[in-house]
Amino acid sequence: MNWNDMIYILPEVILTIGASAMLLVPVTGGRGAKLSAKWMMIILLAITAGALIYCSHAVENIDQSRQLQAMFALDGFSIFFKLLFIGAIAMLVMLSEDFLAEGKYSPWEYYSLLGFALCGMMFMASGVHLITIYIGLELLSLSSYILAGFYKSELKSTEAAMKYFILGAVSSAILLYGISLIYGVCGSLNLLDIAAAMSTIVTNDALMFGIMLLGAGLCFKIAAVPFHVWTPDVYEGAPTPIAAFLSTGSKAAAFAIFARIFYTGLHDFHLEWNYVLATISALSMIIGNLAAITQDNVKRMLGYSSIAHAGYVLLGVISLNALGLRGILMYSVVYVFANLGIWATVLMLRRHQYAGERVDDFEGLSRRSPLWAFAMVIFLLSLGGIPPTAGFIGKYFLFAAAVQAGFGWLAVIAVLMSAVSMFYYLRLVVAMYLREGVEAEFAITTPLRIVAGICLVVTLALGIVPSSLIDQAVLSSSHVAAHAALTPHAGR
Amino acid sequence: MTHTLLPVLIMMLIAVVVGVVMLALAWFVGGHARTASKQEPYESGVPSLDENRKRVNVRFYQIAMLFILFDIEAAFLYPWAVIYREASTGAQGMFLFGEMLVFIVLLAVGYVYVWKKKAFDF
Repeated sequence: MNWNDMIYILPEVILTIGASAMLLVPVTGGRGAKLSAKWMMIILLAITAGALIYCSHAVENIDQSRQLQAMFALDGFSIFFKLLFIGAIAMLVMLSEDFLAEGKYSPWEYYSLLGFALCGMMFMASGVHLITIYIGLELLSLSSYILAGFYKSELKSTEAAMKYFILGAVSSAILLYGISLIYGVCGSLNLLDIAAAMSTIVTNDALMFGIMLLGAGLCFKIAAVPFHVWTPDVYEGAPTPIAAFLSTGSKAAAFAIFARIFYTGLHDFHLEWNYVLATISALSMIIGNLAAITQDNVKRMLGYSSIAHAGYVLLGVISLNALGLRGILMYSVVYVFANLGIWATVLMLRRHQYAGERVDDFEGLSRRSPLWAFAMVIFLLSLGGIPPTAGFIGKYFLFAAAVQAGFGWLAVIAVLMSAVSMFYYLRLVVAMYLREGVEAEFAITTPLRIVAGICLVVTLALGIVPSSLIDQAVLSSSHVAAHAALTPHAGR
Repeated sequence: MTHTLLPVLIMMLIAVVVGVVMLALAWFVGGHARTASKQEPYESGVPSLDENRKRVNVRFYQIAMLFILFDIEAAFLYPWAVIYREASTGAQGMFLFGEMLVFIVLLAVGYVYVWKKKAFDF
């Protein structure tokens, strides 16, 4: 390592300095406390994004030291995900304004925790070493536990934070045990070294056990069945913007490390793990979608729906081909934008602390705000994967990848379960368009409008003109896919 | 591999059976007198002094957390100090020094935060 390497992690360094400064603003008082925390956070995110784009060009002329190269990659894959994360966090900052205004909680601490979480996510996207990935994951998780319990005096929020913390800590322990076993057999934690070591191993019980534990820990983080039980409870209890964060940004980060670890590191043992993951994927899709049908609470419904979406994304990991990796990249974008739009609606409908959560709260929305109801329909169709929206493109790539890899039966389950998912998504549409609503007041604030507008434009634009996203996904995944293509199983 | 572990399995089964049989016999054959002293936790025959499920002041946890936080600082400094003399030649040395400085500054941020939040006032 040397000082030149700093350019590679410059965005993360800026973000850490900014988030630390924001943490100190409220306690040290002074003139800083008078500034708007929201705008400081937006400026910080803009600087981070600018630094990221600058660095991605600047690093071409600067050699990365061998030590950093083994830990951290600033490649197309990571830049793609990092920009997605920054965008998602920026929209969450907009969504959080009302929530922070009504509670007596410090916005500075809230935004600084979001900043640290984003820093963890960025390290996850760039990590090519299991320790880097693990540290990033922990930074994200620890920030998320606190954020989930941000309503300190609210029993539900505390309960959610406690459940999330205990299950998260257990899953981290399982993940670490898996990592340690893999290190014991392969002698390295760098993903490329692990892949090289694995290519010489025919079979090894300790390694299999390690991969199993690593997979179980990762499945906890993306909330795949049977490691999903925490999801609905945490989403329901956590403050709504934080539930939105957990189901979008945080989840996309977990998809990124899932893809990176399995595509770059573990592809030689593809035949050993693909049927296990296929079962997990099928179960996630079936249980997530079927359980969502019976939910009357929209936050719980979105929790189960996010379990099902984890199952869809796993198709891209299982198929282990270029199409699958592109599918993961695209689906992450599509899923984040559609979901954020729905969460913005849930936030808009809140009348008191926990309102806007029941399906009944959506009744008559089409009459009160036709444009918003239309946007909501687009988001729901996108999650369901119906053609004019971006969700279709994402699902198309994932399902095609599964078919190409010989997992036709899994693609059939996925299509069937998408149809099932339309049932509960349409429940909201029915409530919005066909039911009389109580004339309750709700306030469409400008930040919410901006977020919903961005999500609507992105969801429609990527659905109608998907080529830009496809090109970007092809470009961004090329480096990671090159490794996967080396395996005999990948290209069939 | 399976048959070598068979004795262990048999031993575990016997252990379970013995335990269950003993408890079941005590339940079915023995008497069932419930007195207040029988409900108490066993303290070697000595009457127990106090309840053990009591509220504990949350500050104990606070102190424990703060201790762990700053204890980790020391745990990190040791390995760094061990290799620093050999590795601290040329530009690499300044980098190593800077890295540790960054770590301590980050901890100092946390220190100032908990200090100003009055976590040290008891």
